[in-house]
Amino acid sequence: MSEVRHKSEPSLRVLIVDQNVTRASILEEGLREAGYTQVTVLREMHNLLRRIVDIDPEVIVIDLENPNRDVLEQMFQVSRVVRRPIAMFVDRSDTDMIEAAVDAGVGSYVVDGLKKERVKSVLDTAISRFKAFNKLREELDLARQALDERKIVERAKGILMKQRGMSEEAAYALLRKAAMNENRRLSEVAQSVVTAASLFK
Amino acid sequence: MNDVTTTVVGFIPLLDCAPLAVAAEKGFASAEGLDLRLVRETSWANIRDRVVVGHFDAAHMLAPMAIASTLGVGHLKVPMAVPLSMGLGGNAITLSLRVWDAMSAEGVAVGDDPKTLGEALRRVVQARERAQKSQFTFAMVYPFSAHNYELRYWLAACGIDPDRDVRLVVIPPPLLVDAMREGQIDGFCVGEPWNSVAVSVGAGAIAVPTTAIWGLSPEKVLGCRLEWAQRHPDRLQALVRALYRSAQWCEDPANHQELARLLAEPRFVGAPADILLYGLSNRLRLVREGELCHLPDFYVPASHAANFPWVSHALWFYSQMVRWNQVAFDVSHVAQVRATYRPDLYRLAVAAADVPTIDTKIEGFFDGQRFDPDDLFAHLHSFDKK
Repeated sequence: MSEVRHKSEPSLRVLIVDQNVTRASILEEGLREAGYTQVTVLREMHNLLRRIVDIDPEVIVIDLENPNRDVLEQMFQVSRVVRRPIAMFVDRSDTDMIEAAVDAGVGSYVVDGLKKERVKSVLDTAISRFKAFNKLREELDLARQALDERKIVERAKGILMKQRGMSEEAAYALLRKAAMNENRRLSEVAQSVVTAASLFK
Repeated sequence: MNDVTTTVVGFIPLLDCAPLAVAAEKGFASAEGLDLRLVRETSWANIRDRVVVGHFDAAHMLAPMAIASTLGVGHLKVPMAVPLSMGLGGNAITLSLRVWDAMSAEGVAVGDDPKTLGEALRRVVQARERAQKSQFTFAMVYPFSAHNYELRYWLAACGIDPDRDVRLVVIPPPLLVDAMREGQIDGFCVGEPWNSVAVSVGAGAIAVPTTAIWGLSPEKVLGCRLEWAQRHPDRLQALVRALYRSAQWCEDPANHQELARLLAEPRFVGAPADILLYGLSNRLRLVREGELCHLPDFYVPASHAANFPWVSHALWFYSQMVRWNQVAFDVSHVAQVRATYRPDLYRLAVAAADVPTIDTKIEGFFDGQRFDPDDLFAHLHSFDKK
């Protein structure tokens, strides 16, 4: 079933407008996996309209952090600039799709008159890949935060070991006890130790 | 009593987001029992979509954008309510030095009236056409914006066809100055601080403040979904009242320094405070080497009933949407456009002596034209003759 659909899709020209290289690659890969072979990625925003006219996409996918989105909006209006009118989303009644897209941080514009069934899988792919990217970014932020926290605990331990002549285990136990008593996070207590030490230098 | 949930309002970093920033930061929102959270956005399309899907309860909106949503022009049809105007003016048309120098050679000077300047521009445009040089490119910020209509009105009234004689493009405000510096565009119409930024870096000259085109013209509004307005009447009333009071605080010259510093923060506009102060104090440097020029009523946050949502504003914007073929005139549109603006909600929230008792007024333009909202049909018909 899905194979049949894939065979009918490759003629669709898809343009990805995204300044985030990683995210654009994730989406491009997703679209290729789904059988879309004519995918172009535009990262350079210079002279955007001109380049879109040259590429002549049937579907444009753009990240919503991109201020150039308003440049695309004008294409609803100016048939003089683009050969075919472009509209946002396929079906004007499709608010669920819009909500899902805006939640994921992605917008898409399609050539007017393109059938909903033909575009839906592009939009679905865009939404799921953007979500995946967001999750990746959150995990990365969390990992970075965890690393920062671990570093600060290490520094606090070092200070205690040096200034109070403690073993590493004792220094760690002291930090943990303070955190429990004060109902604070270990990294917060460690941060206070580091700050205090820098004041007493 | 208001419900206690947070009210989320989106805005675009421009000088006229001032009343929102002040409502959140100077206690006007909390005084009304509001927990106001502001979210800075990067595009007008995002503002519209996030209001439509309910991420934002309300937003700093381009006035014509709210009307376009109500009518379902260019996007989904979602009825909007506009209970407050975020102020008057604040826009200008800035021309690149290349264009400005060519106009100076035609004998115009800084601060000339829009007619004189526009006619000089027409001569420059015609000379380029005769010399078979490429057309000028002018930018504005969104198809459904006062900037688009004011720029088009000025050009057309001075004999320049905005669709035939020049090229009009959309460029987001923060990218305009660079685009002008790089020679991609020859002029733009935008809100402050971007005109003053262009002057300060030597990219262009401020030719026409748009309040000189349309006297006491409106700019942004507070817009929300009609459905939200109906579901949260108390919260909306509190928000309108908070913004009304904030706008008065914004207009008081004693607060301009503090306001410029607040807006200069990256979480609001993120432009230099001294440049933001130009627009706030109605004293602009029109050319880089020039003196500060006093432009009365250039940006009016509160006085002249600046926050009242005049239905005549909405109808004029609609007339321009028809004029420039963004929408085909339909008699059923008129009632929808009128219903988008909500002077009734404004009056419910604001009980002050200066609140107008009528909903429409006659609007006046630099070329002597008057827009009588009761005579909309004659006005629309007059475009056909030109």
